[in-house]
Amino acid sequence: MSQSPMPRRRFMAAGAAAFLATGTGLISPVRAQGLAPTTSMRGGANNYRPGALIVDRIGEGGFMMSGTVRRAGDGVPLEGIRIQIWAHTTEGRESDARSHGATLTNADGMFQLEMPQIVPTFGQPHGHLAYDSGDFETVFLRPVMSSARDTSLSAHFVLQPA
Amino acid sequence: MILIWCAIAGVIGASLVVAAGSEYLPYRTPVYVAAGFAGVVALALLLVQPLLAAGLLPGFPMQAGRRIHRWTGVALMLAVAVHVVGLWITSPPDMVDALTFAAPTAFSAFGVVAMWALIAAALLAGIRKKLRLRPQVWRLAHTMAASVVVVGSVVHAILIEGTMGSVSKTLMCGLTIGAWALTVGRLKPWTGAWRGWRRQAQE
Repeated sequence: MSQSPMPRRRFMAAGAAAFLATGTGLISPVRAQGLAPTTSMRGGANNYRPGALIVDRIGEGGFMMSGTVRRAGDGVPLEGIRIQIWAHTTEGRESDARSHGATLTNADGMFQLEMPQIVPTFGQPHGHLAYDSGDFETVFLRPVMSSARDTSLSAHFVLQPA
Repeated sequence: MILIWCAIAGVIGASLVVAAGSEYLPYRTPVYVAAGFAGVVALALLLVQPLLAAGLLPGFPMQAGRRIHRWTGVALMLAVAVHVVGLWITSPPDMVDALTFAAPTAFSAFGVVAMWALIAAALLAGIRKKLRLRPQVWRLAHTMAASVVVVGSVVHAILIEGTMGSVSKTLMCGLTIGAWALTVGRLKPWTGAWRGWRRQAQE
């Protein structure tokens, strides 16, 4: 009887590791081809008002919303991308026009917009961000603050060409 | 006896006072504030509701307790109605997401399941005579629905970051679970339910 070149236990361990890696998305077919596009989050589009104006800051400021925008696949930073931002803050409700504003990404694909302090609403301290300009697929994000006391929040977009 | 009343009144009173002093209130509309408080009131009613059913609340023996249990049940339904309608007015898309189980927050699903279980428990109570269920079967069904209300509501409340203070909220939820466990342990609603069900089927 020939001895198996690989002990059974090690074979099982390797198989389990391979299953875990693919099963959890660590090695997925999409990843293999490059950076996967961001998908919209549940509830991300709630109280969205299309066409928020580009502003220096929303209201009196005091809270920083920031993030990055990259292209799906090659991960190239995207410049001049309009990101719309809104939230329930100390100065207004999510649905109020004055709670909405937009900003553009810089050459490094980074954006930041000062806005009033976010206050928990509907049970969670969260903000809303949207990319809805047409050149890429629309994405709505709804990041949650780890603490209601935080004075900043970030969200990152990987956009898929439309 | 006085101690039990003091503990219950103290926790309910403290919860309401802390919620009334919440730093989030100035940023909310009156409708949103009312909806939030309706939720706190509903949780408070849920704490005494099982005790009344089992005659465990000092001063309210079984008979009197059951009579009040019906009215606190109606009040509980009203409080939940104000809670849901008020939140709907505050932010329709968030409420629609919650009711359709599409919300990003887990507590929404727990709250909506508890709401439907409350409606089921209330329906069982409202049309008890028409249902012609054997008492043991009815009691088990009502208790099971009520148990879903209690567990669902407590998880719903604990997961929410809202106007309630974390200490008073935890105390209130702990007491509610305790009152529910005590009541179910005392009434043992499963006794005779299986035999009752078989008899029911034979009729």
